[in-house]
Amino acid sequence: MAAPALKVEDIHKSFGTIKVLRGISIEAYEQDVISILGSSGSGKSTLLRCINLLETPTAGKVFVKGELIKMQEMRSGERKAADRKQVERIRSKLAMVFQQFNLWAHMTVIQNVMEAPVNVLKISKADAKERAEKLLQRVGLYEHRNYYPAHMSGGQMQRAAIARALAMEPDMLLFDEPTSALDPELVGEVLKVMRDLAEEGRTMLVVTHEMGFARDVSSRVIFLDEGLVVENGPPKQVFEHPKSDRFREFLVGAF
Amino acid sequence: MSQVVAYFPLILKGMLLTVEVALASLLIAILLGLIGAVAKLSKSRIAKTIAGAYTTVIRGIPDLVLMTLIFFGGQILVNNIGEKLGWDYIDVDPFIAGVLTIGFIFGAYFAESFRGGILAVARGEIEAGYAFGMTPIQVFFRITMPAMVRHALPGIGNNWLVMVKTTALVSVIGLQDMVYNAGLAGGSTRKPFTFYCVVAFLFLVITGFSDVGMRWLDKKYSVGVRKA
Repeated sequence: MAAPALKVEDIHKSFGTIKVLRGISIEAYEQDVISILGSSGSGKSTLLRCINLLETPTAGKVFVKGELIKMQEMRSGERKAADRKQVERIRSKLAMVFQQFNLWAHMTVIQNVMEAPVNVLKISKADAKERAEKLLQRVGLYEHRNYYPAHMSGGQMQRAAIARALAMEPDMLLFDEPTSALDPELVGEVLKVMRDLAEEGRTMLVVTHEMGFARDVSSRVIFLDEGLVVENGPPKQVFEHPKSDRFREFLVGAF
Repeated sequence: MSQVVAYFPLILKGMLLTVEVALASLLIAILLGLIGAVAKLSKSRIAKTIAGAYTTVIRGIPDLVLMTLIFFGGQILVNNIGEKLGWDYIDVDPFIAGVLTIGFIFGAYFAESFRGGILAVARGEIEAGYAFGMTPIQVFFRITMPAMVRHALPGIGNNWLVMVKTTALVSVIGLQDMVYNAGLAGGSTRKPFTFYCVVAFLFLVITGFSDVGMRWLDKKYSVGVRKA
């Protein structure tokens, strides 16, 4: 059997004395769409950020396609990535979509989408442009390709950010609460794009508060509470027969 | 009036030198300023300490004092070293000394302006660069720098205006800038007031053009920013 697309082994993360993650292990296989749920402060965003090493886990291992991300301990006792080139290579295959979009404000939409393919993947500008135009068409922003992010709505910005992530032709997409910063009426357009991506077999890790998405689209649901995995299974099982009281309470609050 | 006309080419020649000194110093100040700003914001304690000492010391000492210290002190230093190594007497070029001094002084001010600019760049945009696998150098030059300029420009504009005026100090180390030449003209015609007025006006011309340039830069780097 092929190595899982992603394997996280006993990840811990502390900020100072606050323990945010307290030993999390998950696996994702190709074409998995995993929704990570949890109340705020449960560590779900931190978990996602530990996967592409925007945060360095305090302890534990991350394997991407079977490859261990090398980490080393510094004299201060903190850990950091041991091989920057390795981290950059792995990051280029795990494209991230942020809650606050984080589009580059001084670039137009199409420049945003072309930037990393040209500078990280080193593909030609002409190819990157072609790729970007196709993706913008796909997310319905072709007409907006020469706009600056500041002149678009939140939903448009997030769709542009998704196009930017897809332009990397990544092995996996990491979504960090992609709809949480949007007006309720703009959530739908972003979710629709995400649904399409799931249907075409993309491997996705989605930190979200969208219960509908978690239940209907994802292949697996993980519920975090206080830095631990409390529920982990197919959505039907998790939603209909939760093992924990904590998740039941969470559901009551959510609907 | 005819005296002004007669000496005007000399003054203009001096003005050209003033502009040259200012532009050459600007290049050095930008370079030192960027290095200083990055050092101040880096995690390295040594880099932080050196950059901190640089800006604190430079900003605390009058330009005139630094200028004479570096020019005359540098002269002595170079020749003391030269003597030990058996060189001939070396004359420190006043243009190079002046430009280095002004660039060195204003690098400290630029560092503060750049530092403020970098701090104003949205953390998430920088993070997005890293998340897509960019190297720190790529993130700096592709994202942080262009995004920072807009925030740093007002400060840099001020620094530049002060710097243009500071070039007047190079006359004390014998560089024939427009202030020096105005002194000559004023002395030989016994009309110093007239010639210093001319110089004052020419400085205004330079700073006036600078304003136009600054506005153009501001527009260029504010593209993509929604004006409130």
